[in-house]
Amino acid sequence: MSRAAPTPAFVTATIAAPDDFESWRDAARDLVRRGVPPGVVSWQDGESGGADLFGALSAPASAETVSGANETPVRASKAFVEQARLAILHRDPARLDLLYSLLWRLQDKPRLCEDPADPEVLALAALVKQVRRDIHKMRAFVRFRAVPSEPGSSDQPGSSEEADAHYVAWFEPEHRIERHNARFFVDRFASQRWSILTPRLSLHWDGEVLGEGPAARREDAPGEDATEDLWRGYYRSIFNPARLKVGAMVKEMPRRYWKNLPEAREIADLVAGAQRREAAMIASGADAFAAPVPQGLEEIAAGIGACTRCPIGCNGTRAVPGEGAAGARLMILGEQPGDNEEIAARPFVGPAGQLLDRHLREAGIDRERAYVTNATKHFKFTRQGKRRLHQNPTAHEIDTCRWWLDAERALVRPRLILALGASAGRALLGRTPALARERDALHRTGDGTALKLSVHPSYLLRLDGEARAREEARFAADLRAVAEALQAEMVSGIDPSTGSD
Amino acid sequence: MLDRSISDRLNILADAAKYDASCASSGTSKRNSRDGRGLGSTEGMGICHAYAPDGRCISLLKLLLTNHCIFDCHYCVNRKSSNVVRAKFTPREVVDLTLAFYRRNYIEGLFLSSGIIRSSDHTMEQLVEVARSLREDHQFRGYIHLKTIPEADPELQRQAGLWADRVSINVELPTSAGLERLAPDKKAPQIEGSMGSIRSAIEEAGDARKRFRNAPRFAPAGQSTQMIVGADGASDAQIVGKASTLYTSYALRRVYYSAFSPIPDASAVLPLKRPPLIREHRLYQSDWLMRFYGFAPHEVQQATDESGMLPLDIDPKLAWALRFRERFPVDLNRAPREMLLRVPGLGTKAVGAILAARRHRTLRLEDLARLTRSIAKLRPFVVTADWRPTQLLERADLRARLAPPAQQMELFA
Repeated sequence: MSRAAPTPAFVTATIAAPDDFESWRDAARDLVRRGVPPGVVSWQDGESGGADLFGALSAPASAETVSGANETPVRASKAFVEQARLAILHRDPARLDLLYSLLWRLQDKPRLCEDPADPEVLALAALVKQVRRDIHKMRAFVRFRAVPSEPGSSDQPGSSEEADAHYVAWFEPEHRIERHNARFFVDRFASQRWSILTPRLSLHWDGEVLGEGPAARREDAPGEDATEDLWRGYYRSIFNPARLKVGAMVKEMPRRYWKNLPEAREIADLVAGAQRREAAMIASGADAFAAPVPQGLEEIAAGIGACTRCPIGCNGTRAVPGEGAAGARLMILGEQPGDNEEIAARPFVGPAGQLLDRHLREAGIDRERAYVTNATKHFKFTRQGKRRLHQNPTAHEIDTCRWWLDAERALVRPRLILALGASAGRALLGRTPALARERDALHRTGDGTALKLSVHPSYLLRLDGEARAREEARFAADLRAVAEALQAEMVSGIDPSTGSD
Repeated sequence: MLDRSISDRLNILADAAKYDASCASSGTSKRNSRDGRGLGSTEGMGICHAYAPDGRCISLLKLLLTNHCIFDCHYCVNRKSSNVVRAKFTPREVVDLTLAFYRRNYIEGLFLSSGIIRSSDHTMEQLVEVARSLREDHQFRGYIHLKTIPEADPELQRQAGLWADRVSINVELPTSAGLERLAPDKKAPQIEGSMGSIRSAIEEAGDARKRFRNAPRFAPAGQSTQMIVGADGASDAQIVGKASTLYTSYALRRVYYSAFSPIPDASAVLPLKRPPLIREHRLYQSDWLMRFYGFAPHEVQQATDESGMLPLDIDPKLAWALRFRERFPVDLNRAPREMLLRVPGLGTKAVGAILAARRHRTLRLEDLARLTRSIAKLRPFVVTADWRPTQLLERADLRARLAPPAQQMELFA
């Protein structure tokens, strides 16, 4: 091979531009042909600044020096060329020496690049990896700002000005990847005018032709874009404060990119707020699950008086405990105490309670032998003058108070629960039932207790005339069904095998 | 309500969408707008345009069309009985936002989901309209992921697949019992029935394209689903089993796991303590073992403890290797690819590099050091030309030596 020829003492090879692969390939091919080994070549890429030092020794390829030595073609595997095209974009000045050294060795060992354990192959792979990552990050982190084609036009997203605007970005890549990436942005944004300004050069797309301009400064790019506020708001909102993982973020979005990312301004606040927010979120409900389960009805009565786990518990009213004995076979569950109940501290004593009492009597159910309670234990109201107007508890309040109800159920152990109204139904089922559809059948709760759903008597009080008569009759029928079910339970209670269906 | 600004509604509806883990924008057909008549492109690889402080990638504009919902799923922040602020976008507004964000290179495309308003069909029509308008009116060639509603008309689901790159339906919970308890309005057979029809539609479209080049594409990036971890009592073994059934029955591209997060205004039926985030990570690792490392589901399940849970302190591959020590050490110069993939500490790339390198040389420890991250973890399990573990594999404290030192993984663990 040509390498048997006498080697020059020192050769400087200069390429046209630091990212100009074709220029490097021509020079390197020429040097290999002339038999110049890697150790004596000093590569200059035009930006390193040291080109003049060895300028005098530079031996540019010319026909005479090459003569007689160029019969053997210079070979390089496809894999090497592909990697070299990328590696040359790296900022490391030593990349050209590495590439040349590999090219030199490839002449004797054409499959060299297939051995990933070779230190030089490994080093090339490392360069390529960093360049690829930078290419990818540029595609990800370029942020265009729109410059309206006519000054003063609307900033509304979606307006026709959006399509006509000029989109300008300032970006600082780590390696010399700008030209390589131009194609990507053309493919993606061919229909809009855009410019990407960088400290090395600028790229301009006018809708048809890609042009290149000189180096730019940050100030050359527009300073604002109203849509950026929407984007920053989106960034804040999509973040889940319950799963703070700053390390994972920084790994993929290194800090050096932050200064050109509008959303990065939000990071410090989001991180600081996250821990506070989650701690508060957990503290607001966690105690309901940490407390020991009450062991007696008196304990519950005392506990609900001091309970502040939901807003109603904190409104200053008196809690109304359930009424009746542990072991009652029937539990009657209402929604929440009303004005009269709160004053008397007893459930179902107001107008709705009196209506209930009448219907219970008519159905032959003894209220004294039942356990009567409510889904939430405090009175929720709005004040209107001197009157306190009933307000429905929210689902969250019902779900929170369910902890007390579950404790009552565990102690009373009723055979059948009569749930009056949708709130009571929710407290038992964990979902808000559709009463019109579900009140006819007899249900079973998770622990096997029979459950009858019906309307709340206060609903009847709000009706009049024919509707009232019709609904009262239906309510009476519901209570009769309860009485019958209790009868059946009593009979079948002797033999457990014939119990439930 | 109606006069809430775009900005306020964007914040509400993005906040409501963040519990969907998927943000993938990869694996769809390649498109570009070189012709100058459209907007956008897709390549094989998706691009993550930003990362939030929760470590998650932001690739798509992830939105709910509305967070009004007639369903009452306990784990969901948007359930009917929740007290969150409600908002709604028109399809036009979502289209405009997507384009505005896309033009500025903030996103790869749109991930659109919705609470159920009025009816499943009505909601699905609106979702489909957004995708149609982007594709037809604006020639949008970026990525679209539509969350489809299993209760909606099959014809609407078919249209979704024609416009979108990916469609997905969340199975929500790993067990039917959990679904029944926590999502009373949803039905497992319906969800899986819809997944089955999507699979058929994808396969039919694929067949048609083999014969007719211009046959319409159907969800070229396939379908995916999501499961919430830690809201019901399912064990890791159950979850892994469920995931593998889903992969095989419905040809899913991905099963996402979402560690249940305490949500504002949580339902009292739910646990208030979240499962450790590391559990989600271990499940993803087990997913990788099945998809890229040739592990069968039952083998992953062998890595769990008596209660069916994967260990949290070590990864499932190491747990499996410690349980089946008789399969080791593996000779790196001779073992087949399948066995190399079983070595804890060797990833798919390292295995590829070892296979390539050993054609050129006999591997020694120093070669291994160049091809892998750390040989300390590998030593007990491998044989090289100059290394053979003698008693390491029998040591009772091997696990302790390999597990990372105990540390506080999370602030609120």
